[in-house]
Amino acid sequence: MDFRFEDVDGVRRSLADANYLADDGIAGIVYLADRLGKPILVEGPAGTGKTQLAQSVADITGARLIRLQCYEGLDESKALYEWNYKKQLLRIQASGGDTDWSEIEDDLFSEEFLLTRPLLEAIRAEDRVLLLVDEVDRLEVETEALLLEILSEYQVSIPELGTVTATQVPLVFLTSNATRELSEALKRRCLYLYIDYPDLEREREIVMAKVPGVDANLADQVARIVRSIRQLDLKKSPSVSETLDWARTLVLLGIDKVDAQSATDTVNILLKYRTDIDKAVKEFADRPDDLVDDPT
Amino acid sequence: MTVTEQAGPPSGGGREDTPLLDLLSGFIIELRQAGLPVSLTENLDAMEAVTHIPIEDRDAFKYALGSTLVKNHSHWRTFEVVFEVYFSMRGDEYTLEGAADGEGPEGEPGPPGEGAPQGGGGAMSGLTPEQLAEMLMKALMNGDQAMLRALARQAVMRYAGMEPGRPVGGTYYLYRTLRNLDLDGVLEGLMDAARQEAPEDLTPLEERLERDEFGDRIEQLKQEIEAEIRRRLVADRGVEAMARTLRKPLPEDVDFMHASREEMAELKKAIHPLTRKLAVRLARKRRHGRKGALDFRNTIRHSLSYGGVPAEPKFRFPRPAKPEIMVVADISGSVAAFARFTLHLVYAISGQFSKVRSFVFIDGLDEVTGFFEGVEDIGEAVHRVNTEADVVWVDGHSDYGHAFGVFWERFGRDVGPKTTVMILGDARNNYHASQSWILKEMQHKARKVYWLNPEPRAYWDTGDSIVGEYSTHCEGTFEVRNLRQLEAFVEKLV
Ligand SMILES: Nc1ncnc2c1ncn2[C@@H]1O[C@H](COP(=O)(O)OP(=O)(O)OP(=O)(O)O)[C@@H](O)[C@H]1O
Ligand SMILES: [Mg+2]
Repeated sequence: MDFRFEDVDGVRRSLADANYLADDGIAGIVYLADRLGKPILVEGPAGTGKTQLAQSVADITGARLIRLQCYEGLDESKALYEWNYKKQLLRIQASGGDTDWSEIEDDLFSEEFLLTRPLLEAIRAEDRVLLLVDEVDRLEVETEALLLEILSEYQVSIPELGTVTATQVPLVFLTSNATRELSEALKRRCLYLYIDYPDLEREREIVMAKVPGVDANLADQVARIVRSIRQLDLKKSPSVSETLDWARTLVLLGIDKVDAQSATDTVNILLKYRTDIDKAVKEFADRPDDLVDDPT
Repeated sequence: MTVTEQAGPPSGGGREDTPLLDLLSGFIIELRQAGLPVSLTENLDAMEAVTHIPIEDRDAFKYALGSTLVKNHSHWRTFEVVFEVYFSMRGDEYTLEGAADGEGPEGEPGPPGEGAPQGGGGAMSGLTPEQLAEMLMKALMNGDQAMLRALARQAVMRYAGMEPGRPVGGTYYLYRTLRNLDLDGVLEGLMDAARQEAPEDLTPLEERLERDEFGDRIEQLKQEIEAEIRRRLVADRGVEAMARTLRKPLPEDVDFMHASREEMAELKKAIHPLTRKLAVRLARKRRHGRKGALDFRNTIRHSLSYGGVPAEPKFRFPRPAKPEIMVVADISGSVAAFARFTLHLVYAISGQFSKVRSFVFIDGLDEVTGFFEGVEDIGEAVHRVNTEADVVWVDGHSDYGHAFGVFWERFGRDVGPKTTVMILGDARNNYHASQSWILKEMQHKARKVYWLNPEPRAYWDTGDSIVGEYSTHCEGTFEVRNLRQLEAFVEKLV
């Protein structure tokens, strides 16, 4: 069996070349997933790069990304496969009344009438693929069970066609926003990766990598201010996407040094709630010593 | 660093003398003792994982191991502590007396990264306290990690006053060390230095950013000190004993009534996902109850198995109906800590459901729905509840009977077949009349009535608790003293 990565640091470096800044945890777990042939379940706050990680790993391994976006009500026919019933009806009508029914039936449930959905597509792929099951927590528990067979055996059984087994073990990423507890069975099969907000240094590097025209100094200020804002007791902390939007805005406005005024003018890009914005603006303006700790 | 396949685990376990796999199995036993649900599969995965990532690659090793063993982020802290106890002893010998050898960094800062100064004693032990403080200030100013680590060790050796075999906890040593370092003063010193260095006056924003940066470095120093103390305690007492002393309840097992400030902050964070779950549960439950409109496409699809005859009609799920919830919460002194938590719960619930009405009571009762509406700040809502809600009728001691009476008289007509009523309280009624007929009627009119009690079940119906009497009129009465139980309640709603 050949592996995709040499070592942990190699993962980190390749990802950095693809403009994804990983820490040791992220790189280590991606490396391990490849070695153990196990899916990765990624959780963490919104906008911290969960989906992007899967895309970037696909990039660096030269794999085709197959994405299953989950939503409530998603079922087998959208996730796995479906029979093309329109085509089937036409076939039935075309046959007239005289052909033998069992013959038609065999024909009806052949490859020609099969609509392949992402899960089956990933399993049947001949080329290198990476399967991303995005926001798996939105699936209903019953549908989640469908994933289990696939994730542990990399095969599915289709009653009419028999069992389809993967020719390769694809890398699989599942992301979750934890709107519900996933089943123990699913978790057992996965490696678990929690992606939190990045630390100062990594966020600065992300800004440098993702925002054209930003200089090191501005990136540093942005990362620092965001870190300070995240320490406030907010309804919603700024995500990495919001940091990036903010940095892009500052660049567009030609601001190279953020002061209280420019921060106040643009903070609505970073924060969405009125009370959060008010809190942040107050922080920008007041000297830290003036602040009295607010109980509760 | 190139690593390719290795036949066995990388040599050199957590401690010189213990093979890695033995160390790992002790480690996993301890995780289970601490309450983490590690299954057999996960145990095997962990054993395989360590054959792929060398222990020298500390962070990657830790996270990789964590990814096989910890599947719930709220357990990460516990994992980290146990990891530190089991795997931090690598390399250096830690004995309490013999720490004076080793080549200290002697003036020049230790090489960054792997060459962190060993031993920590040596040259540094000859420094005066003033010189040490100066080095510390400089290292913090420059963010010199390796030097900070060395200084942390030196500080512990000097100030913690650790003696082998003394049955004192780590907090005591931490306290003694920190007291001698005066880190608050250090922070001010750093700020002064920053102000002097700046070409012009620092703006308030710059000031804040500097302070946050130094605060961060000082926090790291504290963690180094804590880790150093822990390592020494492990050396003195052994891994198992140390792990046992450090064991703390998992976040989901922390008792609401006795949560520390810090724990309470953690709990608040955990409520939100739980109420989303609750919302999904309640919506789903209704959906399964009833059939919706005919699903034409699905019917045709299934008709194929009957030779094209639509023999088995398929239905769409009906749109989930909006559940109506009424929360009635005791906020009296006997459940004060729980009440604080309750209000957060109420707040989170009202964010999830469009039709939530909330009521609080002591011996009187008041509706507080409005306090939670459209507010983005829970602190504000809680403050208004505590200051504005009219909940005291006579003396401010719980009177469930009277509170229920007020509720029934003023809001009883709003309770209907779609309403789920959740009552939160310990049912300690100060020997007043129970008025339990009200609950009986309520149960009759409402869809469901649930009672959540924050007291241990063993105390129910002792003294002035009359929860048993009330619970005969509820669909379910639940002991809810911690998140695990709250979660179990939510699960049971299916
Ligand atoms: N480590 C990183 N390196 C580079 N870019 C990053 C990194 N983390 C996040 N980003 C960027 O931040 C944005 C948000 O990332 P992404 O959409 O993957 O987040 P997510 O965690 O999937 O969010 P959600 O929970 O909302 O789905 C993207 O533009 C992504 O490129
Ligand atoms: Mg995403």
